[in-house]
Amino acid sequence: MAGLAGRLRKRPPKYSAAALAWKGLRGQSWPRVWRDCDLQRSYDAVVIGGGVHGLATAYYLARNHGMTNVAVLDKAYLGSGGSGRNTAIVRSNYLTPEGVAFYDRSVHLYEQMAVELNINVMFSQRGHLTLAHSDSSLRTMHWRAEVNKLGGVNSSVIGPDEIKKECPSLDTSDHPRYPIQGALYHPPGGVVRHDAVVWGYARAADHMGVEMHQKTEVTDILCEGGDGPDGKGAGGRVTGVRTNRGDISTPIVINCTAGWASLISTMAGVRLPITTHPLQAAVTEPVKMFLPTVVVSGSLHVYVSQTDRGELVFGASVDPYANYSVRGSLEFTEGLAGHVLELMPGVSRMRILRQWSGLCDMTPDYSPVMGFTPVDGFLVDVGWGTYGFKAAPVSGEQMAEAAATGRTPKLIEAFALSRFDNGELVGEKGAASVGH
Amino acid sequence: MLLVPCPNCGPRNSTDLRYGGESHARPDPNTASPAEWRAYLYLRDNPAGWLRENWYCASGCRRWFSIERNTATNEFRDPPLPGDKRGGAA
Repeated sequence: MAGLAGRLRKRPPKYSAAALAWKGLRGQSWPRVWRDCDLQRSYDAVVIGGGVHGLATAYYLARNHGMTNVAVLDKAYLGSGGSGRNTAIVRSNYLTPEGVAFYDRSVHLYEQMAVELNINVMFSQRGHLTLAHSDSSLRTMHWRAEVNKLGGVNSSVIGPDEIKKECPSLDTSDHPRYPIQGALYHPPGGVVRHDAVVWGYARAADHMGVEMHQKTEVTDILCEGGDGPDGKGAGGRVTGVRTNRGDISTPIVINCTAGWASLISTMAGVRLPITTHPLQAAVTEPVKMFLPTVVVSGSLHVYVSQTDRGELVFGASVDPYANYSVRGSLEFTEGLAGHVLELMPGVSRMRILRQWSGLCDMTPDYSPVMGFTPVDGFLVDVGWGTYGFKAAPVSGEQMAEAAATGRTPKLIEAFALSRFDNGELVGEKGAASVGH
Repeated sequence: MLLVPCPNCGPRNSTDLRYGGESHARPDPNTASPAEWRAYLYLRDNPAGWLRENWYCASGCRRWFSIERNTATNEFRDPPLPGDKRGGAA
């Protein structure tokens, strides 16, 4: 009985069917999910960027390490960047052992998320097919499958007949210009409702006392003792951040931005191995369910999944030149349509409803940059390229541990900024969904 | 489509060219310290604004040139300078 009462206290039944009926019948509105707070003069830690990475970091700082005097700052609104622009795919079939262990932990955390955060994130583990159209890509698929199996990840190479069974709408004949020769099949992969992840972390962090400040833009990071101007740069120490709403003093600043990672890090005198490229995506009108899995083709530069509403969501490779503008382009839509039709001729009459783009911070080895920097107290969780959303829970967990304990957790040791000094790159290009 | 002003061929579609990234002078490999060399290899300014960068006119004159482009608005600043991939204007 005590156990039941404890469970009820831990998860108040605020969003139950009974609550829905009660509120509906009485015409009550729902309370605001998180608070609007005044900006304090000082925090134990400041997280820059209110996307899934920043919110997850704040959540795990509070939940695992008891740090609740934390502010999350976002210059727009929560989830306004890559968190709301990605194509919501989650998988762990990477190429390097470091990447496999890391993303596998992320899939594990996504599996628990709905219960842990009491929000329906609609994680649909529908399976993930990475198609191979050439001998060399088939070879990479075999390589990835073996690395995955060693890491305990469910992943194997299947042939055209099995692909047809999993996904009948794909053209597995030898008629196309690049016939499908095989695929890496990854059953635990799938899609998540990305907005729910943002809201779930924001709500849970807010309950534990973390403050979220929207429309709060960081204009400078205050440092002392560094070798650069104003005490910034290597050997220095973070003392606070300057925002459009005033100065905050804090010993720990965590840069969880995507797209603006270089600009924020420059404020602390840290240069990063990052160039920013937009990645475009598009969505069609909704139709009945016909695509049971997530389908990726690196050679044709496309990945596609069908939402529960029935729309096809497409993504492609990043734009070829560095860019901070998030405008769409016609050549993207044309190229995408051609590639999708080569895979699935049956969708030729479907219309694209809209397209958008988000900013991807590309690193030379397609792995992220996580952990400590030469500036004491300034941590980065950046350089996610096209992998950011699927890594959000584990990044938050690991970055929170790094910030709270002052030590780099084992799972992210390989992704340190210092790997570029030591020549220990973690080449993950072979596991990119699409060519870059 | 982004129109890139090639100094030899005039405005060309960006799909006719290959992007060469930020234009930085290459340090002398014989005298550069490891730190300088690593900075040249990996570290980027990545500004949201004017950036000097290299392009290769792959389907046209097949020459490298460097030019300033605004990465937030995609405007080009004239005139483009002929250069080589190793960085900077020739």
